[in-house]
Amino acid sequence: MDLQAYQTEGFYDELFDESLRPRPGAEQLAGRLASAFDGELSERQRAADKTLLTMGITFNVYGHEAGTEKIWPFDIVPRVIDGAEWSVIDRGLKQRIRALNLFIDDVYNQRRIVADGVVPDWLVDSGTCFRGPCAGLKPPRGVWCHITGTDLVRGGDGVMYVLEDNLRTPSGVSYVLENREVMKRTFPQIFAGQRISPVENYPEKLLAMLEYIAPPQARDPTVVVLTPGIYNSAYFEHSFLARQMGVELVQGSDLVVQGDVVFMRTTRGLERVDVIYRRIDDDFLDPLAFRDDSLVGVPGLMRAYRAGNVALINAPGTGIADDKAVYAYVPEIIRYYLGEDAIIPNVPTYVCGEPAQCQHVLSRLGELVIKPANESGGYGIVLGPRATKEQLEECRARIKANPRNYIAQPMLALSRVPTVVGDSLEGRHVDLRPFILYGEEIFVLPGGLTRVALVKGSLVVNSSQGGGSKDTWVVHEGRR
Amino acid sequence: MLSRVANSVYWMNRQIERAENVARAVETTLDLALDGAISPGRLWNALVCTFGDEADFWARFGLADQANVITFLAFDQANPNSIASCLQAARENARTVRDMISTPMWEEVNKAHLYVRAAAAANREVDHPREFLDEVKRASQLITGVADATMSHGEAWHFARMARLIERADKTSRVLDVEHYFQPAAALVALPSSGDDDAGTDPVQWSAVLESASALEMYRKVHGAVSRRSVADFLIFDRAFPRAMHFCLTKAEESLLAITGGVKGAYTNPAEQRLGRLRSHLDYGAIDEILGDEAGLHGFIDGLQTNLNRASDAIEDTFFAIRPLGHAIESSGPERS
Repeated sequence: MDLQAYQTEGFYDELFDESLRPRPGAEQLAGRLASAFDGELSERQRAADKTLLTMGITFNVYGHEAGTEKIWPFDIVPRVIDGAEWSVIDRGLKQRIRALNLFIDDVYNQRRIVADGVVPDWLVDSGTCFRGPCAGLKPPRGVWCHITGTDLVRGGDGVMYVLEDNLRTPSGVSYVLENREVMKRTFPQIFAGQRISPVENYPEKLLAMLEYIAPPQARDPTVVVLTPGIYNSAYFEHSFLARQMGVELVQGSDLVVQGDVVFMRTTRGLERVDVIYRRIDDDFLDPLAFRDDSLVGVPGLMRAYRAGNVALINAPGTGIADDKAVYAYVPEIIRYYLGEDAIIPNVPTYVCGEPAQCQHVLSRLGELVIKPANESGGYGIVLGPRATKEQLEECRARIKANPRNYIAQPMLALSRVPTVVGDSLEGRHVDLRPFILYGEEIFVLPGGLTRVALVKGSLVVNSSQGGGSKDTWVVHEGRR
Repeated sequence: MLSRVANSVYWMNRQIERAENVARAVETTLDLALDGAISPGRLWNALVCTFGDEADFWARFGLADQANVITFLAFDQANPNSIASCLQAARENARTVRDMISTPMWEEVNKAHLYVRAAAAANREVDHPREFLDEVKRASQLITGVADATMSHGEAWHFARMARLIERADKTSRVLDVEHYFQPAAALVALPSSGDDDAGTDPVQWSAVLESASALEMYRKVHGAVSRRSVADFLIFDRAFPRAMHFCLTKAEESLLAITGGVKGAYTNPAEQRLGRLRSHLDYGAIDEILGDEAGLHGFIDGLQTNLNRASDAIEDTFFAIRPLGHAIESSGPERS
């Protein structure tokens, strides 16, 4: 096909520069796309869609009537990251996670960072994800945020920024693995001769981390994945990870706490559990410690955790570092704990909890992106330049009522990747969520999940709102 | 193995087996209807009664004709035992145990569900259901085959096999009991008497019963000519034919003992006791005793179904409802099944 017809339209394109030369790492992919015969792309795309349907790779949409399960759209043109750039991202993410872990440990224990005036006390104490019951806790091996999904975006300036840190129960890693599998099944030729970092070893790394985190007295630890059940939007991923690791997938009702020890109900009676990779939010984990109306949790779990009889991944309370107002302070947090400058910069962020910054935000509302501090899945975000007058006024009222709960950022011209539309390619905006494991050492899965806004011109990449995903390649120099 | 997971594996397999058996019985009825020996109204009526959901059918459909009965048994979402409902439920169960079953097995369950859902939506299979019924049978057998070839023959697989065999024993018994529903006196509505009251001895009808269990060819090798006595003997007592009740219960018990580590002839839990007793009942039974008894074939089958249900209940109590001992903090979460 003729790639000269492709248009970057003034956006930063991940595959081509402004004169349509392939960027470093993308040369072979561009060559393969250029040699595609008429109709090949749409044919491959259809094959990929069929594979997804057969494999049952789905996600659930809440409040959707006609069958809650949806196939998550997948686009067959991969997103390429050059190996040299990736090594910088890899270092930057490790630095960030190390600092955030120290921050979480500090705010639940000595609170030095607050005493030293680096972050204001209101920031920590009023965080909706701050968990009072976690004060004084010392999780096994000193690790709180074992699994993180950090969202990165590239702006029009070509710089990669951290957009947000997801330290509660980040999802998407199963799609990274399945996307690679679907690509190999439907478009095998495209891999030929390239050195692409594998992603298939993630489940092994995850299991090794979970076993490392186990209470020291557990010799041959029993690991489980705790899911809210098949109606959760990420159920596919929960079952995928359990299967890939060869561990049990449990629901709250499968677990029971006796004498501060956690057991699961099996066909042979009760069996002890040492490590729980929980995909349930803190709030619902244990009705005796947190929300008492939780039906998916396990009564007594926090007592067992406190007694050191079970490890929880991520540790309860990590959500405080997931707060978007805390995010604004991460560069200072890195400097405070590590004495280094942040390798990957933040997007410039205004914290409405600070009166001067709040004033600034209110006066420029129409130019900024307003985000609630503790939502995920893209809910509650207002894009100033695209909002109606009524939406802006409503947003202004909400900020005034609870300034702590809002931040604002400039509108970014997110980078784009060529995406199959019919039988040709058009640019679509993307972000990137790498996954980081913190066990004996910190491991960053090469690449991560590239989410793509499939609607022309849209900047919303969330699966619940019309987003899809792409395979993500970290490509190293030289041929295989 | 988690109790909840064992429960889902068990029911998933019963649902798939159920769908296959319904498909088989509908197919046989279509054949019989073409023969014209028994009036179509009586045939379709008997088919509805065979599976025991006739009250629901009468309430919602009224007339037992081909279109209504096929809609009810194959596609009706409101009938929990229809083929579409069974495969939908099997697939939901497969999703909840997605981590326990092999990927090839999951993909076959998923494909079967997608096929049936598309067929139900297209709504054109009611008039020409042959291909659909074939596909359902094929999917069920494919799932069994893929499970045998890709799953470790451990606990989960034994739960799966036990479930299939218990379901199959129940369905074979129902198919064999169909003569009961051809009798006008036993029918729930008065059907016009068409002079075929001797249906009980009709070789065409008994051949059809064998066809419903895919048993005609294997039967011929053992008994040759088709008669009521021999058909009942074969479908109840044969030790080698995989849809005969004796075979099903013997093998189901084998799987049960593989799960518990128990031995045949003794028991340590209600599941072993009930299933073992039922199996030994068939070990030492004889067809002429059954036919000569006052209760007759129908009475025998009725008793067998009751005991099969008790055995199934005992399996649920033994494996799926594990309660913690002593003063545990009980989960307030709803029990799922």
